[in-house]
Amino acid sequence: MKRDPKPPEPLDQLTGPANVDEWNLRLYVAGKSSKSVAAFENLSKLCEEHLAGKYHIEVVDLLVHPQLAKGDQIVAIPTLVRKLPEPIRRVIGDLSNVERTLVGLQLRPLQK
Amino acid sequence: MNKAKTGRSATHPALPKAATGIEGLDEITGGGLPRGRPTLICGSAGCGKTLLAIEFLVRGATQFEEPGVFMAFEETAEELAQNVRSLGFDLDQLAAENKLLLDYVHVERSEIEETGEYDLEGLFIRLGHAIDSLGAKRVVLDTIETLFGGLGDTAVLRAELRRLFRWLKDKGVTAIITGERGEGTLTRQGLEEYVSDCVIVLDHRVSEQYSTRRLRIVKYRGSLHGTNEYPFLIDENGISVLPITSVGLRQVVSNERISTGIPRLDAMLGGKGLYRGSSVLISGTAGTGKTSLAAHVANASCLRGERCLYFAFEESDSQITRNMRSIGLNLAAWFKKGLLHLHATRPSAYGLEMHLATVHKLVNEFEPRMVIVDPITTFLGTSSSAETEAMLMRLLDFLKSRQITAVLTGLVHSGSAAEGSQAGISSLIDTWLLLRDIELGGERNRGLHLLKSRGMAHSNQVREFLLTDHGVELKDVYIGPEGVLTGSMRLAQEAREHAASLDRQQQFERRQRELERKRLALEAQMAALRAQFEAEADELKLLVAQEQTAANSERESKASMARSRQADEPAEGLGTRPRPTRPQRARK
Repeated sequence: MKRDPKPPEPLDQLTGPANVDEWNLRLYVAGKSSKSVAAFENLSKLCEEHLAGKYHIEVVDLLVHPQLAKGDQIVAIPTLVRKLPEPIRRVIGDLSNVERTLVGLQLRPLQK
Repeated sequence: MNKAKTGRSATHPALPKAATGIEGLDEITGGGLPRGRPTLICGSAGCGKTLLAIEFLVRGATQFEEPGVFMAFEETAEELAQNVRSLGFDLDQLAAENKLLLDYVHVERSEIEETGEYDLEGLFIRLGHAIDSLGAKRVVLDTIETLFGGLGDTAVLRAELRRLFRWLKDKGVTAIITGERGEGTLTRQGLEEYVSDCVIVLDHRVSEQYSTRRLRIVKYRGSLHGTNEYPFLIDENGISVLPITSVGLRQVVSNERISTGIPRLDAMLGGKGLYRGSSVLISGTAGTGKTSLAAHVANASCLRGERCLYFAFEESDSQITRNMRSIGLNLAAWFKKGLLHLHATRPSAYGLEMHLATVHKLVNEFEPRMVIVDPITTFLGTSSSAETEAMLMRLLDFLKSRQITAVLTGLVHSGSAAEGSQAGISSLIDTWLLLRDIELGGERNRGLHLLKSRGMAHSNQVREFLLTDHGVELKDVYIGPEGVLTGSMRLAQEAREHAASLDRQQQFERRQRELERKRLALEAQMAALRAQFEAEADELKLLVAQEQTAANSERESKASMARSRQADEPAEGLGTRPRPTRPQRARK
């Protein structure tokens, strides 16, 4: 509260990609549906471009592990959940819109 | 499996139904919700949608061995469990027993970014997993429309919901989907388009400051159902819907007669009392003893060992108990024995429907043979008279169908015609007692008339109705040239009559004595005459004797003279017979 002079700095550091070394992403899919496959491909491409070397993708197939859907409040498929860095963010859809995915993962400010 | 259900499906094989276990709802739906199909329950906020859905699951799990899944979109599992705990539903316990699964689906728009195509397969998988893990037969989705707030693509949502309801049908689960009421439509997102098998609308209406919850089945494909609005209530035992079955007059009647507890009144009622299961109205102006009479009937019921339910709308239970003790009725003893239950509420506490619902509920719980409503007229203050009449008609119908004797009291305002003021329900009443003030000679007394009593020869006479410290007593009133006399006038008249009859008695006795006297006098006279006669007769006899003696002595002296003259007459004296004429003639 008393660090009024430079408030945007730590916020940027927290959410910005530069200062975070560990990205833990979880992609919920249902089998090998076209949307699921597309989502995984789009995510992999995006991570290589923006988070090379510091990301980890976990793919959860709900057809195999349906009990996991409850924990992350999964309703829509596919859903990408950013477990780390905090806070948890969710991006739903096949991630075909790269701009919106980056916004959803807070890799890019909303204004752009 | 529910036995009732299987029995029903045997007679109506068309549509299998899943009993809800909710009081009354199964009656108006003809057995429950359509089995294996989704049902839409919609209504405005706070009308009891969630509660009805939860009760459906809880009853299913506890009574019909059908586990259920509750998918909540608005409240968390903890909140839900807390909310329904006051209704006696222990969701945690049921969850622990694997009979119920609560799943809170949280969709927060601000946390979600939509990029490209998606579907709701995640929800399907979650629900499918929950159903499979319990072997659930029942599913509730409360309120699925929340998804429209959380997700942006309504076209996708609509398509997915349509698929979801289809999928639920294929799964064979009986589902309830709740929906918030929208403008001009049953639900905001038009869910009724997708759920087309059964639609129930709940409503919470306030009329003249009294709120009533109502339920209406808008649609029930393939089944007969009640089309009316049925009031329902939510209390500590959950929901109960009132099945108002005033559709037919097919009640079975009883020939059994029951005492009113007042011997003279029983005598007026054909000598045997009331019919069991009949309806009795006791009407009268203020202070004529309606409650006392009703309490007597209640007391008589308890004396027979039959439970009696007393609805008091004007006095509290302790007040009635105290007041009735003053006329020698110990109601407290019956409370203790559990034969009498007194339910005291203000008529204004809630609406008519709620009162009716309370009566239904208590009757179902307490199973009385007699119900007393004291008084019915207070309802007129809370609603229009048409509504009150309709309510009373339903009440009486309900009690009659159970063969419960109904005793109602009704206040008649002095000045108005007693017969007219309750005309609305008088046709429903089997036995109508009218208590009436008789003001006479500076006194107010009570008279009891029997206006009507169906199916029995009953007395047409007015009786004086007395409240004594040992109960109600009926006395004959004095009816004479001076009119109907009651109270001290009656007593005075009785005294006068007594005096008059005493007088007559005395007069009669006096007459009799007089007669006796006359008879005695006559007899004395007769005796005197006889004595006189006897005296005269004696005298005559004496005279005759003297004459004879004189004659004899004359003859003797003549004979002695003759002897002395030595006459030639036979001395033996035997020849005197022809001779006596001579001396007699000579003497003459």
